Amino acid sequence: MNIIENLDALAARVPDGAFVAMPPEYSWVPSSLARALIAQGAKNLHVLCVPIGGMTVDMMIGAGCVATLEAAAVSLGEAGLAPRFTDAIQTGAIRMIDSTCPAIHAALQASEKGVPFMPLGGLIGSDIEANREDWKVVPDPMGAGNGPIALITAIKPDFAIFHSPKADRHGNVWIGKRRELMTMAHAAKETLVSVEEIVDMDFLEDDALAAGTLPNLYISGVAEAKSGAWPSVLHGIYEPDRAEISDYAREAKTPEGFQAYMERTLARQRPAAAE
Amino acid sequence: MNYQLEELLICVIARLLEADPAVRHVAVGAASPVPGSAVLLCREVTGGRPRASIIHGETNNPFTDGAREIFDCAGQGRIDVFFLGGVQIDGQANINLVGTVGEAGYPEIQRRFPGSFGSAYMYFVVPKVILFRPEHSRRVFVDQVDFISAPGVSEPDVHRPGGPKFLVTELCLMSFDAGRKRFRLESVHPGHTVEAVLDNTGFDFDMAENVPTTPEPEPERLDLLRTRIGAEIGTTYPGFAARVFGVDVQAMEARAI
Repeated sequence: MNIIENLDALAARVPDGAFVAMPPEYSWVPSSLARALIAQGAKNLHVLCVPIGGMTVDMMIGAGCVATLEAAAVSLGEAGLAPRFTDAIQTGAIRMIDSTCPAIHAALQASEKGVPFMPLGGLIGSDIEANREDWKVVPDPMGAGNGPIALITAIKPDFAIFHSPKADRHGNVWIGKRRELMTMAHAAKETLVSVEEIVDMDFLEDDALAAGTLPNLYISGVAEAKSGAWPSVLHGIYEPDRAEISDYAREAKTPEGFQAYMERTLARQRPAAAE
Repeated sequence: MNYQLEELLICVIARLLEADPAVRHVAVGAASPVPGSAVLLCREVTGGRPRASIIHGETNNPFTDGAREIFDCAGQGRIDVFFLGGVQIDGQANINLVGTVGEAGYPEIQRRFPGSFGSAYMYFVVPKVILFRPEHSRRVFVDQVDFISAPGVSEPDVHRPGGPKFLVTELCLMSFDAGRKRFRLESVHPGHTVEAVLDNTGFDFDMAENVPTTPEPEPERLDLLRTRIGAEIGTTYPGFAARVFGVDVQAMEARAI
């Protein structure tokens, strides 16, 4: 089975209403794939940030792709608040499920193991926990003397999406030490990956490479996208484009400024995707 | 002596880390250049204590098991100090990182901030959490937070090896006593007064009759910050290093090439 396709075809695999997990800006965020989803008019997505979001999910919110968002936080980091996220919450335009970083990791690890929930310390007495009907605090179940504990319902996204420096000719994808991408892919029903390049080798033949490789067992589509994390960082390959991110932070403060920004950035992407 | 507010706060935090021999490993979260610089300064002046782990850092980032590792590492008891902030912090050290909530109640939000990050876990499991919030005003230091991202204290039956120990602001240093569920004013920074702290704090706190003044930054530590520490923290926070320490990391890297 050939899982290598083009970026627009990859984006088209995500139907309206899908439950999509994606990494934050510092962990190989699929910016080009997100712009392709926006260009295709994706709607009613339930997006899970693993565990926080930045400019990419902010663009998806501003473009009207997102109905529900689960995240531990959304921000543009040094560039300030995420403008479209902030506006969408304050106007009630999207449903927000507030979480905390380790709870998102634990919920994905539950799906990774095929169990319905995962216990996690902390949380008790937090308003995050108080507002989560899908979490439950139970009395010390093993009598270990550690008191009550929170149980986090497993999260099983329809799709995990991310970007990577490289895939091999079989569609095995390099993730290096970004192990949260491995957990996301194990937990999700399907995984779609954009890569800087597809190289003519087999990563699984070399143990040093194989240890940092997500095998194609978990992957249903791979597409090449040069600078696919831009303007965010792809560690070891390119630095964040801080000027672009601060342009976005400034322009996207108003809906009109956001529209103008998106028209410009999508026009820049289209020729590349059509190559 | 000329120094910037950030340099003073770095020296205040570095002293807190230096004074406690149980502090072996300090982790610093995202977007935290002041705490990050304080850990590196402490390590420099003590000759190697504590170990510093800076999340998302270009350097001092030892984690290889993905984004969950820092939380698992803290849960294992391997992290002694962590830093948290808050849009609002109240007198019982509850912190709110989500936003201000109106009369309709959560989930309706008046002013939304990024969110709780890992606070609802780290506040419970890290023995010494230092709250760091430079803005010292009544909109930050409130009687009761609108939303509890993480509670300052817990019921006795809740397993909680960690919690808040100190609060560092632009005006002062406070400590927190979990038994009394109250902050205590420890020292007021040079140029400020106890009255200013009282006027700008929306909760009651304890204090001695004579509150000491926070020591100014030690000159040799300022030198370290403006050279070696600035260059090191600048690999992760170039803008901060240039603004506060006058260290231009990008120019240094260009020269090295």
